[in-house]
Amino acid sequence: MTIGLGHYLFVAAVLFTLGILGIFLNRKNVIVILMCVELMLLAVNINLVAFSVYQGNIVGQVFAMLVLTVAAAEAAIGLAILVVYFRNRGTIEVEDINAMKG
Amino acid sequence: MVIGLESWTLARPELFLAAATTLLLIYGVVRGEVATPFVSLATSAALLVTAALLFLPYREGTAFASLFIVDRLTATMKVLVLVGAAIAILMSRAYFERVRAWRFEYPLLVALATLGMMLMISANDLMALYVGLELQSLALYVVAAFQRDDARSTEAGVKYFVLGSVASGMLLFGASLIYGFCGGTAFVQISRALLEGRGAEFGTIIGLVFVVAGLAFKVSAVPFHMWTPDVYEGAPTPVTALFAVAPKIAALSLMVSVLMGPFKPLFAQWQQIIVVASVLSMALGAFAALRQQNIKRLMAYSSIGNVGYILLGLASGSERGIQSVVFYLVIYMVMTLGVFATILMMKRRDVMVEDISDLSGLARSQPAMAFALLIFMFSLAGIPPLAGFWGKLYIFIAAVEAKLYVAAVLGVLASVVASYYYLRIVKVMYFDEPAEALDRPAFGVNRAVALAAAVLVAVFSLAPQPLSLVAAAAAKGLFP
Repeated sequence: MTIGLGHYLFVAAVLFTLGILGIFLNRKNVIVILMCVELMLLAVNINLVAFSVYQGNIVGQVFAMLVLTVAAAEAAIGLAILVVYFRNRGTIEVEDINAMKG
Repeated sequence: MVIGLESWTLARPELFLAAATTLLLIYGVVRGEVATPFVSLATSAALLVTAALLFLPYREGTAFASLFIVDRLTATMKVLVLVGAAIAILMSRAYFERVRAWRFEYPLLVALATLGMMLMISANDLMALYVGLELQSLALYVVAAFQRDDARSTEAGVKYFVLGSVASGMLLFGASLIYGFCGGTAFVQISRALLEGRGAEFGTIIGLVFVVAGLAFKVSAVPFHMWTPDVYEGAPTPVTALFAVAPKIAALSLMVSVLMGPFKPLFAQWQQIIVVASVLSMALGAFAALRQQNIKRLMAYSSIGNVGYILLGLASGSERGIQSVVFYLVIYMVMTLGVFATILMMKRRDVMVEDISDLSGLARSQPAMAFALLIFMFSLAGIPPLAGFWGKLYIFIAAVEAKLYVAAVLGVLASVVASYYYLRIVKVMYFDEPAEALDRPAFGVNRAVALAAAVLVAVFSLAPQPLSLVAAAAAKGLFP
C-alpha cells in the first residue's frame, strides 16, 4: 500500500482532535493543556507540509516554519504566565482556576 | 525577488511604529523604572503619529508580493485601533500607580499588540493574517496578566492564554486546509480558485468553518465567548478598556476583509454561520447580563451583545452592511471608552470599587459623572436620538434589505431586553437610596476621556451624517 496525501491528512486530523479533546477533557494540570496546544500546532504542520509536497509548491513549508517559531514564542509566554499564576495561588490544577464565576 | 521601494512606503506607518517601539524599549531598559512616565506618553504619541502617517499622504495598493494591502477600509480601521490603544494607554496611569504595577513594559506591549492588529487588518494572505494575529495575541496575553501579584489578573491571563491559543490553533488548522484545497495562501489565489470552482469545495468549506470559529473566539461571539466575562472582570480595568476596544475592532475588521474578500464566492455558506452566531450573541448579551453585579462583567456581556449586532451587519454582505459595521464600530468605541473612563473614576475613600450597587445615589453626590454615564447607558441601550440608536438602525436597515427578517426582528427584541440592564444602572444612579458617596473624580485623563466621549456621543447623535459618510467611504474600499 502506498502512503498518499489522504493518510497524512488523516493523521493530522487525529492529532488535532486529540489536542482539542485533551484541552477540554483534561481536569488535571495546566501544563498538559500547553502540551495539547503544541499537539494542535504540530498537526497543522503535518497538514501544511503534506499539502506542500503533494502540490509541489513551497508556500506550505514556509508557513510551517512560521508556525514553528510562533509556537515556540507561544509556549514561552504561556509558561511565563503560568509561573506568575503559580506564585499567587500555589497551584496549577485546572479545577482550582475558579476565582471568578458567573 | 526584489521588494520595491513602494512596498516600504506603503507600510510606512507600521515600520514607524515598530521602530518607535523598539527604540522606546531600549530606552526603558537602559533607564529603568524612572523612564515609565516618558515611555508611556511617548508610546501614545507614537501611536497617534502612526495614525497621522496613514493619511499624510494617503496611499493605497498592495505590498510585499501582495502579502499586505492598504485601502480605505483598512486605513479607517487602523485609525480606530490606534486611537483606541493610545487612549487606553493614557487612561491606565492612575490605576497602575495605585496597584504598584506602573511599569514601562505596559505601554510597549500595548504598542506591539497594536502593531499586530495593524498587520492583521492589512493582511492579504493567510500567512500575514496568522503572524499579525499572533503578534497581537501574544502581547495581549501578557497584558491581561500584567498586575502580576494579583490572583485575579493572573487567572485572567491564564484563561485568556489557553482559550486564545486554542482559537489560534483552530484558525491555523482551517488555514492549512484552505491552503491545501485552494493551492495557495494569498487571498487572490483563494478567491480565484473558488471562482473557477477548482479544488474540492468541501475541504475549503471545512477550512472556512475553522477559520470563522477561530475569529469568532477573538471577537467573543457566541458560542466562543466563554473567556470574555472572566477575562474582562479579572484583568486590570485599563486593560479591560483596551480589550473591549482595540482587539475587537481589529478582529472584526479582519473578519470583514476575509469573508467579504477571498470567501465572497462562498457567501451563501458563511452567511448562515454568521447569522446564527450573531443572533446567539445578541440573545446571550441581553439575557446573561441581567443578573450581573460587577460592572466590568456587565460590560463584557454588553460587548458580546454589541458584537452580535455588528455581525448582523456583516451577514447582510452588502455595501450598506459594511458601512453600518464601520459606523457602529466607531460609535461602539466612543461609548465603551467613555464607560470605562467612568469606571476608572469609581473610587470610595481612595479604593477602587466596581459593583453596580456602588453607583447608587451617584446623581446626588457626583451629578456630572452620573450624567455622563447616563448618556453612555442610554446610547448603549439604543434610545433615540442617541448615537447608539443610529448605529443599530443602520444595521437593522442593512439586515432587512438583505432579507434577514427573522434575525433583524430577534435583534430588535434582544435590544429591548438589553435596555433593561442599561436602564437599571441609570435607575440605581438616579433613584436609589444614596450609598456612601464616591470620591470626587480627580482632575485628569479619565475625566477628560469621559467628557470627550460624552460630547462625541452627543455630536454623533445630533449629526450622524458626517460619520456615516466616512463609513460609506470606508466600505467603498471593499466594493471598488
